[in-house]
Amino acid sequence: MVNGINLALQFLDSFAFIVLAAAGLAIIFGIMGVINLAHGEFILIGAYTATLAVTQLGLPLVVAMVAGGLVTGLFGILTERVIISGAWPNWVSQRTLGRDIIEPLYDRLADSMVATFGLSLILTQGTRIAYGNSIDGLSTPFGPIEYGAFSYSTYRIVLAGVSIGLLVATYYLFTRTDFGMRARATIQDKETAQAMGVNTERMYMLTFGIGSALAGLTGALFAPVVTMRPTLGDQFLVESFVAVVVGGPSVVLGTALSGGVLGAILAVFSNLYGTFIGRIALLVAALVALRFLPDGITGFIEQLQKRRQESE
Amino acid sequence: MTRSSVSRRQFLGASGAALVTGLAGCSAGEGGTSTDTASSADTIKIGVLEDQSGNFALVGDPKAKASMLAIEEINANGGIDGKQIETFQRDPQSDNQRYQELTRTAINEENVDALWAGYSSATREAIRPIIDRNEQLYFYTTQYEGGVCDEFTFAVGPTARQQLGIVLPYLVEEFGPDIYTIAADYNFGQLSADWVKVLANENDANVLGEEFIPLSESSFGSTINRIQEADPDFVMSMLVGANHTSFYEQKASAGLDIPIGTSTAMAQGYEHRRLDAPAMANIYAGVNYMEEVPTDSNTRDGGFVDRYFEMYPDAPYLNEEAETNYFSTYMYKKAVEQAGTTEQPEVIDALESGIELGTEEAPEAPEGETIRLDGATHHVDHHMWIMRADEEHNVEAVENRQIPETFLSETAGCNLPENPEQTQYTPVDYYEEAE
Repeated sequence: MVNGINLALQFLDSFAFIVLAAAGLAIIFGIMGVINLAHGEFILIGAYTATLAVTQLGLPLVVAMVAGGLVTGLFGILTERVIISGAWPNWVSQRTLGRDIIEPLYDRLADSMVATFGLSLILTQGTRIAYGNSIDGLSTPFGPIEYGAFSYSTYRIVLAGVSIGLLVATYYLFTRTDFGMRARATIQDKETAQAMGVNTERMYMLTFGIGSALAGLTGALFAPVVTMRPTLGDQFLVESFVAVVVGGPSVVLGTALSGGVLGAILAVFSNLYGTFIGRIALLVAALVALRFLPDGITGFIEQLQKRRQESE
Repeated sequence: MTRSSVSRRQFLGASGAALVTGLAGCSAGEGGTSTDTASSADTIKIGVLEDQSGNFALVGDPKAKASMLAIEEINANGGIDGKQIETFQRDPQSDNQRYQELTRTAINEENVDALWAGYSSATREAIRPIIDRNEQLYFYTTQYEGGVCDEFTFAVGPTARQQLGIVLPYLVEEFGPDIYTIAADYNFGQLSADWVKVLANENDANVLGEEFIPLSESSFGSTINRIQEADPDFVMSMLVGANHTSFYEQKASAGLDIPIGTSTAMAQGYEHRRLDAPAMANIYAGVNYMEEVPTDSNTRDGGFVDRYFEMYPDAPYLNEEAETNYFSTYMYKKAVEQAGTTEQPEVIDALESGIELGTEEAPEAPEGETIRLDGATHHVDHHMWIMRADEEHNVEAVENRQIPETFLSETAGCNLPENPEQTQYTPVDYYEEAE
């Protein structure tokens, strides 16, 4: 028999996991056209920073988590400057060789994959060399809530709240603020935006930084519940890529909707038939969605709206 | 914006070079003390292929280190019959394809006299055909599901029947007969779960339910709910790998407070050191060895633990499989000395004569006891321990006794000197309840 509360909590848990796993990736891919295969390693940086901040520096958990997001954000900006846009290497090469050596990777899907895959290998192995095969983990705060014969970790429910908060904040940032407007203008039409006085270089850099910070925050938030090891980012990869693809072109709405749909499927099937079937169901759902909604859920919604406008 | 194809190609070349450098970085420096010359008559060459990067690095690295400790000790004490040991050591990076390549290299180019290789059962099965085709003496030193009856393979780690065989009856006695099994979803986990059913039947217990969890899974909310719904007296956990380690933290934070018996946790990946207490509280591991095993030869000043950390001060833990690598190197030494040669058929004959080791070479055995290599099955009659972690993650031994390997010798009738074969037997073939 399926317990209704179990199902609801399981849904919140899956929703939070999918949304948080996908958020940073969705921004970098959806807005900048860069497939960041080092996404898992950005999560790793956030998780390690938060954990080490607590165990080595004795910072409170919340502060350590914010630090995890910030450090990853800064690392993202560094990555953007050095690898994605190549601005810093080019600055040097302009002065020494008299020409650029790196062509920016924006909207070059395959090339950005190769470059970020290389980065992910370096980060994983670098972490292994610097910190060994594992570091000491944190324990999960808040303890359990109990209902009948069952109990559930309170922290997992808090994560669901945090994931909704992050979605709202990201939505607000990209649609209601000056920065968001400039960022979207840069993505849509770089030359015109430049002509209107937008510093597009800076926009690319900051958007990449925000996407990275979100990935780092995800790692920091999950640091108490996952095992600390150099490959910990891998466990987020499947969910994050599936969610981004199923979500479609609208970054925030797409992530929220695919988190909802995939989270519901994962919760129902893993509750009824076990973890294994739950994972199969998630992948089958992604396959079906790609077959019938090739532009993702939000792409489908856009089409519907267009059709309605035409018929009016 | 201009994009010249030249700079694009240069860029790809550069990133490709970076990739290659990154990959090379993984293997360089792991080569250790090997030399690339074929073994000459006055030295003995041992191949050690253990994971030092990739998925199994955490558990594989202590194996490589313990092998090197044994080899260094033997060399310092005059070698084997006066011959120094040379090693061929590489890092297969937890990748079965690299294992196959390196196994071929070890056999065909390095001409190793004996080979130690592999953490997972999947790795063992990937290289065993190469081992058998080349008639190579091979030591597999991981605890495993059991049943390998192979004329060239010495599976000297404890089997599932030995590990579960000490811990399951104890938990039935202490807590009651209702068991819930969670296990990793591949051959090791599936076969271990079968052994839980066989042992439950032998001990008048019953398995209320079982769940097999993919190795990639790291969220256990629904699993925890299902355990609570079944309400067993204890859980048997054969979870494997770093993703599954999250289960222990998650069940603690979900308030699932139930005794857990395991053959996989603590002794291999030292979860009781890595996770914050009390995630591993009340967990009972059935093992032949872990760093905390309280034998004198293990814990005294200058004992096994001391010697290991003297050689590797930065090593995080001395795990179950490391001891197996250590004592099996001494088993090989004894066999070569008995045979008077490193010719592999004769060394195998010597090993099959039944080598015994005391507590100094096999720290799992208490003072005055021995562990014995069974010549008929190529398995070891281990001294097994139940190790329990408390609320503060202090580990203590609650029970210990010798448990012989019985599945191959008594049930399956494996007798390699009489009847050479290369089979893996499974419990399903012999027990109704395992179906």
